Amino acid sequence: MRNMKMITAVAATLLLSGGAAYAASAEKGKVAFGKNGCWQCHGWEGQGGNAGPKLARTQLPLEAVMTFVRATNGPMPPFSKKVLSDEDLTDIYAFISAQPAPPDPKTIPLLAR
Amino acid sequence: MTDLNGKDGFDRRKFLTGAAVAGVTPALTQTTPAQAQAAAPRHTPSALPPTTKTIAAETQPPGEETSRIGGKPGSDYMIDVIKTLDIKYAPSNCASSFRALHESMINYGENKSPEYISCMHEESGVGIAHGYFKASGKPLLTMVHGTVGLQHATMAIYNAYCDRVPLIVIGGNDLDAASRPPGVPTFHAAQDINAIVRDYTKWDDTPVTLQHFGQSMVRAYKIAMTPPYGPVAISLDAGLQQEPIHEHGAKLYIPRYVPTSPPQGDSNAVREAAKLLVAAENPVIVADRCARTPNGVKLLIELAELLQCSVVDQGNRMNFPNTHYLYRPAGVVSGADVVMGLELSDFWGTVNSFTDNGENGGVGFNSPRVKPTTKMISITSVDLLTKSNYQDFQRFQTVDVHMAADAETTLPSLIDAVKSAITKERASVIAERVEKAKKAYADIRARDMQAAVVGWDSSPISTARLCMEIYGQIKDLDWSLVSSAGDVSNWPARLWPIEKHHQWLGKSGGYGVGYGAPASVGAALANKELGRFSVSIQSDGDLMFAPGVLWTAAKHKIPLLSVMHNNRAWHQEVMHVQRLSNFRNRKANYGDDMGPIGTMIQNPDIEYHKLAESMGWWAKGPIKDPAQLGPAIKEAVAVVKSGQPALLNVWTQPR
Repeated sequence: MRNMKMITAVAATLLLSGGAAYAASAEKGKVAFGKNGCWQCHGWEGQGGNAGPKLARTQLPLEAVMTFVRATNGPMPPFSKKVLSDEDLTDIYAFISAQPAPPDPKTIPLLAR
Repeated sequence: MTDLNGKDGFDRRKFLTGAAVAGVTPALTQTTPAQAQAAAPRHTPSALPPTTKTIAAETQPPGEETSRIGGKPGSDYMIDVIKTLDIKYAPSNCASSFRALHESMINYGENKSPEYISCMHEESGVGIAHGYFKASGKPLLTMVHGTVGLQHATMAIYNAYCDRVPLIVIGGNDLDAASRPPGVPTFHAAQDINAIVRDYTKWDDTPVTLQHFGQSMVRAYKIAMTPPYGPVAISLDAGLQQEPIHEHGAKLYIPRYVPTSPPQGDSNAVREAAKLLVAAENPVIVADRCARTPNGVKLLIELAELLQCSVVDQGNRMNFPNTHYLYRPAGVVSGADVVMGLELSDFWGTVNSFTDNGENGGVGFNSPRVKPTTKMISITSVDLLTKSNYQDFQRFQTVDVHMAADAETTLPSLIDAVKSAITKERASVIAERVEKAKKAYADIRARDMQAAVVGWDSSPISTARLCMEIYGQIKDLDWSLVSSAGDVSNWPARLWPIEKHHQWLGKSGGYGVGYGAPASVGAALANKELGRFSVSIQSDGDLMFAPGVLWTAAKHKIPLLSVMHNNRAWHQEVMHVQRLSNFRNRKANYGDDMGPIGTMIQNPDIEYHKLAESMGWWAKGPIKDPAQLGPAIKEAVAVVKSGQPALLNVWTQPR
């Protein structure tokens, strides 16, 4: 991700079970996004496609994303804590939240019909 | 060899009769082992005295050169029959069991109509015929070795069957166990070679005489070309091909082919359907293989505009222009009060959803997409062709008006019935739908554009960018998207203006992977004659099933632009294993790859551009930077326009 180093700002904070706060990292999230197979349906930038919806720049809060990922009964399979840790999921959330805004379609000549 | 009538040549059947009698005699006379020993040939000297024939050949002036088999070969008559059907090509992989037909095709038939197309794999031969038909509307024949060749061809035949595509498979077979050559020809013969394709062909036959072949071939063509279209198979005895035509008996003739009129919907059912459609407040038409021809597209536009109703094109053919304001995505059925399905392969799946979420004991969850009161109409010719074993008809869906008929053929009478049913009052209601429909279309288009730009500059290249870079280079040509193997999130249908029947040829039918590459070559062969520019979006997994078809394209100078959607995985399967791992609360084992073991095509990465280059293609890659893609496609387009195939190996996002 081109701009990733510039946008490693903490996008989410997770309160761990011990009470300590976990500072999320978009850079770590990018790695976790790949290693846990999120890219398979949502694309490497979370852009979405036929297999899964767009995640990039999600407007959902972290808690809602976590609840969905853990317990979904939709087409996406649930990812338990054993499969995907809270820390990794928080990093992934930071990664998808930090995606740059896409260009305006009107500025792309190839999209003019 | 001299036969019993004193003619040079080899009359196999007479010879066989003689052999059979000779073989039976010792048994009848109870020959003892000792007698058999005594009857065995004595020791033969290493140099035999010359025969009368050899002496004559060596001492007399040469006579007129004659055919060793004597007379006109049976396979020449077969070619005469085939020529009457105007079959342009025979994409095949050579084999001994049809050598006589092969020889007659290229020599006696002068390799024209049909012209032999050299294939590396029988699956490629069938796939080429599949793609050719969808671009041209004309069927091809393919010759295969009776057992092993047909075994190779089976998946492609299944695809053609599910995709309602006519083609004729001729399987060579050496039936006569007493006279066929021992060894390989016997291994490669069987009593009933067609048994392995009978479940997914419309018809098959095993002619036992030349006249029988004449009838079978014309019948096969006629059955294949009567909607619902489908593949047919003829098992062709090697002996029948090789024998000379007998001069005694009735003179051989070639039956005249007259097309069969397709079945049209019952007039009462058509009127009932029209009443429902006209009375509906939100009718939706869903078309899958409705437009068999370009005229089907025109008819569907006429009907949709009469009703001002939404049309969903499921995309197994180009049924409806995606530039029309009534064109809609599949979800529109949720608001429908009447849904009419035209040649749907899956009506149940059109009005219901299935979620593979592990619920219900692991079988998943079903839910309706439509209201309980929604009325349903079905017109499909597939109801006239149902098999028991291979069932491609999907789950059972009750519909209110059900016509076992060809949809395209029924559309004119349905249009007339709709016109008759529209009162002044209903005409006014229908007219009011136009502006709302145009706005809804514009909204959908805007959403697609917004979705396309997310990840626009990504590497690997996004599938939206891939598709639009291609379109940018071909938009001024008479282009034909001959195949879109692999999932590119349906971007061509969402973003390319698809208005002509040949601009979108649909998919494989049976989802047998390995269709895209050969079907592209076959469609490009047809488009070459028709002056169209052929482009395919070629997935990596699909290409590797039988990549030898690249050589066929180069060998026969078939211009085709193949732009690879190389996502380095069998992505359809990636998620299946991931899903099951998660359902079982196990972390999926990726090994050294980026997805579950066994689903990725990486480490090492395949250099498809080198593969294509090695088989005579112009090729370039791997292209990972989206900024380099447009210029590379431009270069490749120029190559294709010069008459050659060109391939670009592009690293892409998964879907």
